[in-house]
Amino acid sequence: MAATHAGPSYMTIFWWLFALTIVEVGVIFMPLAKAVIAILLIAMAISKASLVAMYFMHLRFERLTLGLIAITPLFLGTLLVFLLVPDHSAVPHKTSDAVKIAPVAGHK
Amino acid sequence: MSQVATMHPGVEPAESPLTPESWGKLGMWIFLVGDAMGFGTLLAGYGAMRYGSADWPSPYEYLGISLTAFMTFLLICSSVTMVKALEAIKLERPGHVKLFLSLTILGGATFLGLQAYEWTHLIQGGLKIYGNPWGASLFGTTFFIITGFHGAHVTGGVIYLSTMLAVVSRSGNTARNYMLTEIAGLYWHFVDLVWIMVFTFIYLL
Repeated sequence: MAATHAGPSYMTIFWWLFALTIVEVGVIFMPLAKAVIAILLIAMAISKASLVAMYFMHLRFERLTLGLIAITPLFLGTLLVFLLVPDHSAVPHKTSDAVKIAPVAGHK
Repeated sequence: MSQVATMHPGVEPAESPLTPESWGKLGMWIFLVGDAMGFGTLLAGYGAMRYGSADWPSPYEYLGISLTAFMTFLLICSSVTMVKALEAIKLERPGHVKLFLSLTILGGATFLGLQAYEWTHLIQGGLKIYGNPWGASLFGTTFFIITGFHGAHVTGGVIYLSTMLAVVSRSGNTARNYMLTEIAGLYWHFVDLVWIMVFTFIYLL
């Protein structure tokens, strides 16, 4: 059937993903600047996604060209964020009160 | 055929240049790359709307992350059972294949149940697709569209894996079933990978 893949065991990857998820949840309550928290969270999310792609999806053991094709959306997504920068820096607007819904008792 | 292709008894007659063992695998990768662009566009659009808004609510204050952190853990576990199912086919342990595939399906179905519970709770709390009590109306719009799009993928995955369970149960541990299960696994791990990004961008940031 398939060739045996050398590398960390699936359980090792699982524990890394588990640990990173716990750290992610912990980071948002740390007394750090919002930008620092955002950078840490994005770095951890990309690390977790890479672990899933490399080991669970076996991308680490596929041909380099397939790997390059697989990361194309990441580059295009990043490019799209920069293309949207003019919108980011537009004058911030507030939602009009008309579309706000009254809070329900018992909820925040 | 290449050396890799000749090692695979289930190899198809004309080999694929990037995935010599199967054209189906290449097809799934191409589909996933396209799908990732869809999710990437949604998340980039979310970022643009959020940072263009002065009254965007803090997601973790209103959405609640305990349940979604558990849902993340559940999807990670289901990814592990998926690779274990594939490993069991290779080791020719049919009982384990069915067990691990069933656990993966159960993980996906539980995820969907918890998402339905979360949506119900939030809708009852005032979060609607057109507005909410806490700030920018697009907060609810983006939340329901992105988590809903992902939930639709999980639903598709549960159906896909249930079909694979039926196929493997009927025809056993063949080279062809190994390949079909690996392709189904690619889809399932992708669903997990996307949730990792959705959890970070929609719930934590």
